[in-house]
Amino acid sequence: MWQRIRALVVKEFLSLFKDKKSRFVTIVPPLIQLLVFGYAASFDLNQVPYAIYDRDQGQAGRALAAAFSGSPNFDLRHIVQHQDEIAPLVDNGEVLLVLQLEPRFSEKLAAGQPAEVQVLVDGRNSNTAQIAVNYAATVIREFNERWIAEHGLAPPPAHLVSRAWFNPNLESRWFFIPGLVGLLTLVVTMVVTSLSVAREREQGTFDQLLVTPLRPFEILIGKATPGFVVGMIEGSVVILLAQYWFGVPLVGGLGVLYLGLVLFLLAAIGIGLAISSLAVTLQQALLGGFLFMVPAVILSGFATPIANMPRAVQLLTLVDPLRYFLVVVRGVFLEGAPLSILVHELWPLALIAGFTLSAAAWLFRHRMY
Amino acid sequence: MNRRLRGLLHKEFLQVLRDPSSIAIAFLMPAFLLLLFGYGVSMDASNVPLGLVVEQPSAEAESFVGVFQQSRYFAPRRFPDRASAQQALGAGQVDGVVVLSGDFAARLQGAGGAPIQLIVNGVNANSARLLQGYVEGAWRNWLERELDARARPLGQPVMLQSRIWYNPGLRSRNYLVPGLVAINMTLVGALLTALVMAREWERGTLEAMLVTPVSMREVLIGKVLPYFVLGMGGMALSVAMALWLFEVPLRGSFWVLTACSALFLLVALGMGLLISVTARNQFVAGMVAIIATFLPAFLLSGMLFDINSMPTVVQWVTHLVAARYFVAILQTLFLAGDVWGVILPNALALLLMALLFLGLARRRMHKRLE
Amino acid sequence: MSAPVLETTALSKSFRLPGRLAPALREVSLRVPAGVVTGLIGPDGAGKTTLMRLAAGLLLPDSGAIRVLGYDASRESMAVQSRIGYMPQRFGLYDDLTVQENLDLYADLQNVPPASRPTRYDELLNMTGLGRFTRRLAGQLSGGMKQKLGLACTLVRSPRLLLLDEPTVGVDPVSRRELWHIVYRLVEQEGVSVLLSTAYLDEAERCAEVILLHQGRVVGHDRPAAFSEPLRGRSFSVHQPGVLPRRLQTRLARLPGVLDATVQGEAVRLVMRQPAAPLLEESDLATARCEAVPPRFEDGFIDLLRGDTEMQPGLQPAPHNITSSQAIRVTGLTRRFGDFVAVREVSFQVSAGEVFGLLGANGAGKTTTFRMLCGLLPISGGELSVAGVDLRQAPAKARARIGYMSQKFSLYGNLTVRQNLEFFGQAYGLRGARRRTRLQWALGELDLAAFAGAPSGDLPLGYKQRLALACALMHEPDILFLDEPTSGVDPLARREFWSHINALADAGVAVLVTTHFMEEAEYCDRLAIMAAGEILALGTPAEVKARALGPQARSATMEAAFIALIESREAA
Repeated sequence: MWQRIRALVVKEFLSLFKDKKSRFVTIVPPLIQLLVFGYAASFDLNQVPYAIYDRDQGQAGRALAAAFSGSPNFDLRHIVQHQDEIAPLVDNGEVLLVLQLEPRFSEKLAAGQPAEVQVLVDGRNSNTAQIAVNYAATVIREFNERWIAEHGLAPPPAHLVSRAWFNPNLESRWFFIPGLVGLLTLVVTMVVTSLSVAREREQGTFDQLLVTPLRPFEILIGKATPGFVVGMIEGSVVILLAQYWFGVPLVGGLGVLYLGLVLFLLAAIGIGLAISSLAVTLQQALLGGFLFMVPAVILSGFATPIANMPRAVQLLTLVDPLRYFLVVVRGVFLEGAPLSILVHELWPLALIAGFTLSAAAWLFRHRMY
Repeated sequence: MNRRLRGLLHKEFLQVLRDPSSIAIAFLMPAFLLLLFGYGVSMDASNVPLGLVVEQPSAEAESFVGVFQQSRYFAPRRFPDRASAQQALGAGQVDGVVVLSGDFAARLQGAGGAPIQLIVNGVNANSARLLQGYVEGAWRNWLERELDARARPLGQPVMLQSRIWYNPGLRSRNYLVPGLVAINMTLVGALLTALVMAREWERGTLEAMLVTPVSMREVLIGKVLPYFVLGMGGMALSVAMALWLFEVPLRGSFWVLTACSALFLLVALGMGLLISVTARNQFVAGMVAIIATFLPAFLLSGMLFDINSMPTVVQWVTHLVAARYFVAILQTLFLAGDVWGVILPNALALLLMALLFLGLARRRMHKRLE
Repeated sequence: MSAPVLETTALSKSFRLPGRLAPALREVSLRVPAGVVTGLIGPDGAGKTTLMRLAAGLLLPDSGAIRVLGYDASRESMAVQSRIGYMPQRFGLYDDLTVQENLDLYADLQNVPPASRPTRYDELLNMTGLGRFTRRLAGQLSGGMKQKLGLACTLVRSPRLLLLDEPTVGVDPVSRRELWHIVYRLVEQEGVSVLLSTAYLDEAERCAEVILLHQGRVVGHDRPAAFSEPLRGRSFSVHQPGVLPRRLQTRLARLPGVLDATVQGEAVRLVMRQPAAPLLEESDLATARCEAVPPRFEDGFIDLLRGDTEMQPGLQPAPHNITSSQAIRVTGLTRRFGDFVAVREVSFQVSAGEVFGLLGANGAGKTTTFRMLCGLLPISGGELSVAGVDLRQAPAKARARIGYMSQKFSLYGNLTVRQNLEFFGQAYGLRGARRRTRLQWALGELDLAAFAGAPSGDLPLGYKQRLALACALMHEPDILFLDEPTSGVDPLARREFWSHINALADAGVAVLVTTHFMEEAEYCDRLAIMAAGEILALGTPAEVKARALGPQARSATMEAAFIALIESREAA
């Protein structure tokens, strides 16, 4: 039996990597995604383009303006001379933000009265707008602290001391790149397994395989192994790149991480094989894979938090294996979360894997002809 | 219109009616994707679980904590001490912890001021930053009220007052949904034509057609026109969903929207045609259409991630993504209005891309099999 | 004689494949005369389709010239295309349009004025017998009807030259005959010139002139009779009472001076290298009687292609011992798909050492029966046993006793020949020394050693089919299932293949083979003719012919018997 399975596994690998199409779909998309997510996908803003309308022209106003132009997060594009210039600048998207200093800004400051600076933000992208406002608030807070210290004023009775655990500089990249371990292994494993049976069906080799003494579950093991091996390799490569190329810290233990990876791969393989058993052509298999993967990624909390979704949609995410694995991988990478915490993610993952694998076996046996 | 072209259009029309797959691509797919993304992707945090630790109860501490209880952003949870709150933070039960230390009330009166400690879980940097912003807002509100009541100076020489244009409620759906419409229509438009032309190759129907006096221009128009109509139908459905299901306001004019959509659809259809003329195989054409349109449109169009903040090389690449221009047009049309400074340059880029793709497709379609 | 409708001079065309250049036509010069049917004959890969496409202006030649109706087909392709009719091998019917809508589309594309359409449609629908089906979707027509509709679409505007690329492939004999009637009528009544390509050698005799293509070269160009003329006095029919024709063929093929030996009815047809009768001196041929017969086109074809090479001897397999004498037993086998009955109450038996043929047109139920026998499809009713068990319920090891070769090439195309053999050897549980011996046997006996490291998808068709047979034989099965094993293979490779089958049957293997080549039916010991899921006739080839045609059956072909059976069934 093991000899037959081994023969099948060897054959699967040979046909996977000798077929141009298969080689293409296992290598190119993950590479593109890694590059794009690694470098393009970030909610961090740098060089926010802004304009300033200094209606005060006093000493203090210029000091505040200098605080903004000195900040690495801001890029001064325009100095506005007249109120009417503001709207077109924002409308046309030339600047994201306009600072407006009130006419008696310096005077008020000197008198110890609160001076107002108005920040006008282009809200078309509300997330970007909020982040830009936060950046501006930070610059102003630092300016205030300096001003108070220099002028010997009384500080506010309470001040906020903010600290971020696990990601002190709040870099988006630290969030996205560990997520890629889940995303890319899912894509590759799904593609490899979902195309495997469909490819045989389309090429007419499936009948040839079924008339050999190979049993259905032997065929299934043979079909599952390449997906598993490729997924493990892909996952390990991304883990290494995350740590050494993108510099994301790996705080936790590899044992828990790989336990999660194995369970996650089994769940993905089950789904891939189920799709493959149902599909008659490669095209159907690919479409099936796509129809599963897009919702699985969107509902996993990969890009936006699950907590922000409507209640009903949140329930739907409970069956998404990627949801659990993302918590595991981010937990291990950034938080160093131990098994005792992650076990709450691992058991649903194991449950899903058990279910999808049995479903695949059942479908396979009932769709052999 | 000449007889040959009429014959081709009639044929294509009958095929669309009888083969539900193109109708499914034009209508079901955008509806499905829009529902999925519209509900699945949201940047608006509300009811963020926040841990509160008051080490020494006092009237001042309670008044500060009260701010959180009234806000719609937070779902506050009290912890008896710092350790248990931090444990909850580590286990992901709360996203942040606010600690008022035992000497909070006392130091409030002192010269140095009282520190309010905020610890956020930084794993999701974006959410963490938004949470910091919310807490900061809450703190400022409390401070103003508190000092007003006591008639004390604010200790805040410069006050920041922010005004958000176009989307004052900061609903992320208002910008995500128009962006999604653009992305979905990239995929739908390209898939429609990518599959139909490859299908003719695969079924061998093109070979017999090529040996008739039909010209390639007629074949091209015969393919683009029916799927253009179908694609506009899908676009209308998407816009209707955006307006009435997701309640995104439309501030620009309907006709500008229609014209820009038509222009964009030509780009997407041209891209699909080019793919299928080159691939000649439905499987490859479908795959290329998905890879070449969907991912770039999603990530590099500026719909989710700010293009200005990407590395320069990536910024260059985004100029090749048609969705980039359409996302800019749609977000402006929906939220800001007919801003010609945004619409005209982007529409011009779309026009150039449409000419490029359709021209290339025309050049690569020969009346030959090689 | 009037000017030729098609003329080529030193025409060459190659295709770029990964890593090499595959020549399709080499320096072809020919003239196709006006007003007659010219046959373009040759095995798969001879260059027939390439020549057709060049003539239609769909390809550009690498060198040389091609003129159609006086126009340069590569430079004035529009002029050519508005004067010819071209029907590609897979005609581009739109499956989701009706018969009428397909006709309308091509009438539009060909600029046929609406006023002249009704009369033309009437003519075409009459000619093709599709008048009753104008509202049916093209996808729901049978294979033969589709071909006729394709032809009608090509003819909506009366062309001066009609190019037909393998119009009769995959078409049952009845439709094939009808298609030929239509072609003859066009030539006689409308004065159309026709160039028709085919892989069926018997169709060559229906053409006025034949151009024989082989490996991209013109090997002969003449009247069909002229091909067989040089073989006058070299063709014989040998009959030996009480000896299976298949065995007789094996013996005769070994005689010196024999160029070709094929089973035909109860006799064996011989073609000699020299005009002299064979020497039937050996003791086991003592009772054989030999008579001279007129040569046919195929004899000339074999003579031209085989030249001096020897006939390959068949395999020499070790004897098999099948315990039960009936290797395959089927009683009342039925298969339904919803309301549709694909196979109805089919019963037959196949014994060890017997070659059993399953004949029928596409859709007759052959493949469904076949798949049920192999355990690939559950049965709806009846009983079946293969090697004593039902393969669907049997343990996996029962499957180790059967070998299976499917309709189209179904091995792993991107694996090499050796990797394919290794894989199937292991899948059938061969280990160690036995696997190595069998691998050597397959590479040696089936002459695959030269290709051992080549991807099997790149092999020439004849070698692919050999490899498929080798994979099916790795584990020396007792029962062999062959589904249309020789479709698309040239006559030489087909002969070689059948000699292997004969050798296996002689060693005691039970062979079940499906085919739509009627002449191959003659090679079987017994056969069943199927139509619409039922068996119309069952018995030895002679018995089947006698049942279909009555007393004059002796000299008739199996195709005539098949047509008679179908027609009498439709009349009933």
